Amino acid sequence: MPDTLPGPLRGYLHGLPGVDEVGVARRAAGLSTRSIKTTAKRQAIDLAIRMVDLTTLEGSDTPGKVRALAAKAVRPDPADPTAPSVAALCVYPDMIATAAPALAGTGVGLASVATGFPAGRTSLEVKLADTRAAVTAGATEIDMVIDRGAFLAGDYGKVFDEITAVKEQCGRAHLKVILETGELVTYDNVRRASWLALHAGADFIKTSTGKVSPAATLPVTLIMLEAVRDYRAATGRQAGVKPAGGIRTTKDAVRYLVLVKEIAGDDWLDPAWFRLGASTLLNDLLMQRTKLATGHYSGPDYYTID
Amino acid sequence: MEIFEYAPAPESRSIVSIRPSYDLFIDGEFVEAKNDERIVTVNPADEEPLAEVAAAGEADVERAFTAARRAYEHVWSRLPGAERGKYLFRIARVIQERARELAVLESLDNGKPIKETRDVDLPLVAAHFFYYAGWADKLAHAGLGGARPLGVAAQVIPWNFPLLMLAWKVAPALATGNTVVLKPAETTPLTALAFAEICQEAELPPGVVNIVTGAGDTGRAVVSHPDADKVAFTGSTEVGRQIARAVAGTDKRLTLELGGKGANIVYDDAALDQAVEGIVTGIFFNQGHVCCAGSRLLVQESIQEELLARLRARIELLRLGDPLDKNTDIGAINSAAQLARIRELSAAGQAEGATGWSPVCPLPERGYWFPPTVFTGVTQAHRIAREEIFGPVLSVLTFRTPEEAVAKANNTPYGLSAGVWTEKGSLMLWTAARLRAGVVWSNTFNVFDPTSPFGGYKESGYGREGGLIGLEAYVSDSSAP
Repeated sequence: MPDTLPGPLRGYLHGLPGVDEVGVARRAAGLSTRSIKTTAKRQAIDLAIRMVDLTTLEGSDTPGKVRALAAKAVRPDPADPTAPSVAALCVYPDMIATAAPALAGTGVGLASVATGFPAGRTSLEVKLADTRAAVTAGATEIDMVIDRGAFLAGDYGKVFDEITAVKEQCGRAHLKVILETGELVTYDNVRRASWLALHAGADFIKTSTGKVSPAATLPVTLIMLEAVRDYRAATGRQAGVKPAGGIRTTKDAVRYLVLVKEIAGDDWLDPAWFRLGASTLLNDLLMQRTKLATGHYSGPDYYTID
Repeated sequence: MEIFEYAPAPESRSIVSIRPSYDLFIDGEFVEAKNDERIVTVNPADEEPLAEVAAAGEADVERAFTAARRAYEHVWSRLPGAERGKYLFRIARVIQERARELAVLESLDNGKPIKETRDVDLPLVAAHFFYYAGWADKLAHAGLGGARPLGVAAQVIPWNFPLLMLAWKVAPALATGNTVVLKPAETTPLTALAFAEICQEAELPPGVVNIVTGAGDTGRAVVSHPDADKVAFTGSTEVGRQIARAVAGTDKRLTLELGGKGANIVYDDAALDQAVEGIVTGIFFNQGHVCCAGSRLLVQESIQEELLARLRARIELLRLGDPLDKNTDIGAINSAAQLARIRELSAAGQAEGATGWSPVCPLPERGYWFPPTVFTGVTQAHRIAREEIFGPVLSVLTFRTPEEAVAKANNTPYGLSAGVWTEKGSLMLWTAARLRAGVVWSNTFNVFDPTSPFGGYKESGYGREGGLIGLEAYVSDSSAP
């Protein structure tokens, strides 16, 4: 449920401390030089696999591909049963019915994008119906998009009300609010949108749809991690963060985990509080995992493409 | 079980080969010192000896000046600028090629984290040589067309940024046609001696760079040598005063880069998370062994509590330990003597009524270590607000109005650096215009660039190093057309 905002929305959001762009970039760059080796790397890879929201959001998606990905989500490395399952499978709403039986009872979440993903340019009624349908079909997590046009026009109330309305439709499903930071452009906007979404009841704040460039970046994720950290300190409620889009290698994933550890803290080092929205990342994680265990790389053909 | 803890990630030490003993570098060769005295340089992280170096005596210094004078008269001052530039470019390239080795060597001898030597010191060292190499044949375009080099420069550098301070001194001197006699600090001579090898590798003409190791007596002999045309010193204000006295009444040119007690002013509208980073960088970068450190935090009273809470949480994340570990943020204090000074001033802070705080931070058993420390409740009258500690110790003071911030910031005998944190451009400019400090950083701290002049007001010294103006310290007539 949305909490009580301390004062009028606009004044509140514009009263948040500013973000210095150069300073954030410097901090993110500094943290990305952390050297993660041996046991730390092993821990990081397994944690990252458990945090993956394995995603396919293409117009060309087929039921066969979704079933294959569902199997992969549950057991990512057919050759190695010790590889953990991912956090969730993330699909378009029409694929929920295909994915739900494949994931039932596995513990792997089923996330669906909703609310007119990716642009969100549709009426509130359609967004709510979209959400309701996805939840009814079996989605346990909803990834909604905010109305960036309204946000950039300064109509924060509209964005807030849409999130709270979608949240109501979610029922027990977890709500991830996609800010589409590539369209918000400034870090001040990212911070304001983060706090807006958190106060409106977001369980997670998510960087991007993956359809807009730039998608997730380290500085943007850093600001969002600061937001959930400070939001918990202020309200007592913990929310999660999900960078999505452009995270392709194990090295990238480890850099995000370092950010989580040093910005938000160890409490967020859990799939319940941090996710990586990705598709190709998983294979690289598996390949590096095998390398650590066996000492050599196997070719990409040893890992399933779907 | 830990979910995700950083494992040790030490940089390999095997990339450097340290000789058990080093001679002096004079006239292009390593030559045995006439003086018998030797100095042992230790690794401050474990107190193990690294090598033994010569302590140059007066006869040795004499020999170095003779070589430098000869090289100046017969070779270096006669070379066209483009030729001098070639040597400097070559030196810069060799430094880049050997950067990893030099970074490890610097961390071993100084105690600073490899993260800093690798990402800050060495890139800046190479950048300085590249920058001044570029000026060597363009002095006329710098307004120095009619200017002449001074001759032989006597240069004495400190232990906090050993190779970087060498670059600040040697690069502009050579670019303008001077030759040098340089004395590195007694606790950190090894990268200067590696630089001597680089001069050989770059086939720099003999005598252009001469490096004499030693302690205070050697330094005195170098700066008071009658054949020095120019004296350049970076170090403590106390020694700077002695040098100014020794040089007074002679026709030697002098530049001094001395101590500081930099104020880092945080206004209530600052970008708080980045201000916290800037405060941490300001005082804990290089264990606070930085003359321009932001050792006094001036925070606007209305945000004091929130800022300090964030600062403490941030400091708790700092990783103190093995300087060669790539994840170490805070390394070792450079020497037992410096550690004693930091302890003494810290104790004075407690005794005078300020409140000290450090994170839970186990210190290694061997070596010289001091935890990051923040003193609150500090007043202008406390020693820790007035004296340079040169360690990881921050003194926090508060203010209510911009006028009060500026008055407190300027109320120090020093004037080297200051920081201003505000999102309001007009307030930033208003403040910067009133600060009596050679460097004013806005919304950042401890950022360096070879194109930017650096130097102090008042007891922080005089003259500027770096940038175009840094050339002027090494030529005779900067007003010539």
